[in-house]
Amino acid sequence: MTEPLTREPASRKPILQVRNLVKHFPLTRGILFKKEIGAVKAVDGISFDLYAGETLGIVGESGCGKSTVAKLLMNLEQATSGEVFYKGEDITRLSGRALKAVRRNIQMVFQDPYTSLNPRMTVGDIIGEPFDIHPEVAPKGDRRARVRELLDVVGLNPEYINRYPHQFSGGQRQRIGIARGLALNPEIIICDEPVSALDVSVQAQVVNLMEKLQDEFGLSYVFIAHDLSIVRHISDRVGVMYLGRMAEIGTDTEIYEHPTHPYTQALLSAVPVPDPQARERRERIILTGDVPSPANPPSGCRFRTRCWKAEERCAQETPLLAVPSVFAGSDSPAAHESACHFAAEKDVVGSASVDAA
Amino acid sequence: MPEPKEPIDPNEAIDPNQAIAPTSGFGGGMDLAATDAETLEKPPGEEQEGGPSAKPRSLWSDAWRDLRRNPIFIISALIILFLVFISIWPGTIATQDPLAANLAKAQDGPAPGHPFGFDNQGRDVYTRVVYGARASVTVGVCATAGVVILGSVLGGLAGFFGGWWDAVLSRISDVFFGIPVVLGGLVFLSVVTNSTVWPVVGFMVLLGWPQIARIARGSVITARQNDYVQAARALGAGNSRMLVRHIAPNAVAPVIVVGTIALGTYIALEATLSYLGVGLKPPTVSWGIDISDASNEIRNAPHMLLWPAGALSLTVLAFIMLGDAVRDALDPKLR
Repeated sequence: MTEPLTREPASRKPILQVRNLVKHFPLTRGILFKKEIGAVKAVDGISFDLYAGETLGIVGESGCGKSTVAKLLMNLEQATSGEVFYKGEDITRLSGRALKAVRRNIQMVFQDPYTSLNPRMTVGDIIGEPFDIHPEVAPKGDRRARVRELLDVVGLNPEYINRYPHQFSGGQRQRIGIARGLALNPEIIICDEPVSALDVSVQAQVVNLMEKLQDEFGLSYVFIAHDLSIVRHISDRVGVMYLGRMAEIGTDTEIYEHPTHPYTQALLSAVPVPDPQARERRERIILTGDVPSPANPPSGCRFRTRCWKAEERCAQETPLLAVPSVFAGSDSPAAHESACHFAAEKDVVGSASVDAA
Repeated sequence: MPEPKEPIDPNEAIDPNQAIAPTSGFGGGMDLAATDAETLEKPPGEEQEGGPSAKPRSLWSDAWRDLRRNPIFIISALIILFLVFISIWPGTIATQDPLAANLAKAQDGPAPGHPFGFDNQGRDVYTRVVYGARASVTVGVCATAGVVILGSVLGGLAGFFGGWWDAVLSRISDVFFGIPVVLGGLVFLSVVTNSTVWPVVGFMVLLGWPQIARIARGSVITARQNDYVQAARALGAGNSRMLVRHIAPNAVAPVIVVGTIALGTYIALEATLSYLGVGLKPPTVSWGIDISDASNEIRNAPHMLLWPAGALSLTVLAFIMLGDAVRDALDPKLR
């Protein structure tokens, strides 16, 4: 369909630019007359670029704002402030027809295949719905054939077109969700933990299917997950989120083999190592305490309350997401954006082991 | 037998194998070997109905196909059709006058030509049961329809849009909940001089809608939170499409159940109001009036109560069975 895209970042333009994206959910009190008494700062100033044809993985613990980012990118939630530029146009301020047109190009695959398909619609109706909403994509007589084609593309039998979602397994349902996302030929697919609800054996099938479709259709993915191995497998670049902020972002090698942010290092040290001998040698970073409440985040660096490197400066100054000054100008893979005052490399995983992931 | 149909079915303009051909080039990769095995195994349930030559199917066409084969639906539909028929043309099966009274026969049991016996005034119970269907069925069906339509529209919109509209509507429905039905009936209906069923129906709708509105609101809120509604919005669907295609079919089941049960309550409420002298007034013939008259004499002449009460129970049962069958048919998982 399209020629295979090169994976050279330099030759590509960003297709999606996120700048200082903020989403605060107000906390209110009162029944009829609501008084705002605070806000949950689910996403608090996130910036990143997504290049055409690449996969950007976003990892982080539960509750760090990953899914809210997905909803903001889809405009399913109204951003409190900040911009999302799709081809130079800020989509957070769009509505009506303009928004509908953008939605043709940005689609989403949901986390839970058991709630993301309407149980009262046939598979044909579910995958055909995009054509009902955007009739210009496929002429009416052609739609059933397109739906069959899509079923085949995602590896399902086209004869299942009249079945209902409950007649399928979890992996098959997720394929239906992917087919629905592909129907409009989008350029970007936001995947919000698309495999977390699936069996491990089926996860691999679905991830491989997504990689295949990416090559076939030249898709760009924002792949949100908390499974570090899967994210490494599929991503070209990875962003690590902590409490509504981006802690570190870089290519998968930079993040997995040369992490400079202490949170990333702690996260990576938790990845199970399949080799018993390597497991004995590795250092496990155990964080103390819980993630602070996003309604009342710590001052300065968000991670300082659990960080072993934290000093006075971390409480005063918010570290910016930038290449740390120690690495500035150097060629080493550690020279990537990391929001830490004391960024330093630390080989936590014993780099060979993650290759097995 | 779907297989022989395949080549001659005119609806199938595209051979599925050809339709697949342009994309099948990347269907056989190594990593998909396991996938193909997974997809080939048939999900449980229907056999070959979804074959390549089958017509497009939808929830409603499948539900109708299911209902036509459901004996519960057929029986309840026949009873309801029969009720509607005798409501419109009661004279076809009851040839006597429901108002003709012969006091000499008051409270007498069955006699030739009078299979159900006589009431307090010596009127034929059988004829009155037949003629009473009109008022009772009209009150029950119209009040239920009004309550369900008004309640589910208001409650559904409140649940879907939330915000101040929801807050205001919920408080208004609390106010209506607070009005005792009998007291409200005495106040509202005692000022009405019109002796048709319509003031009674209007009163029931006025006081009954909050019940359905609450249920509809709750089930719409539940349905609205599902990812498939978000998915539809992500595709660019408008509010009306989300409500009609995604939320309504998934939120309608509790409304159907409560609505069909409420139908019996409304017929009984009509009887209560008639007993208090503010509902239907003689010479209107209704089951409610006859049941309330007969309830004083249950030890002397139980037949006076049992026949109209039996007709009422049968009607309520038929509507509950109908509602149940429709609800089941709209749930693909139960098929």
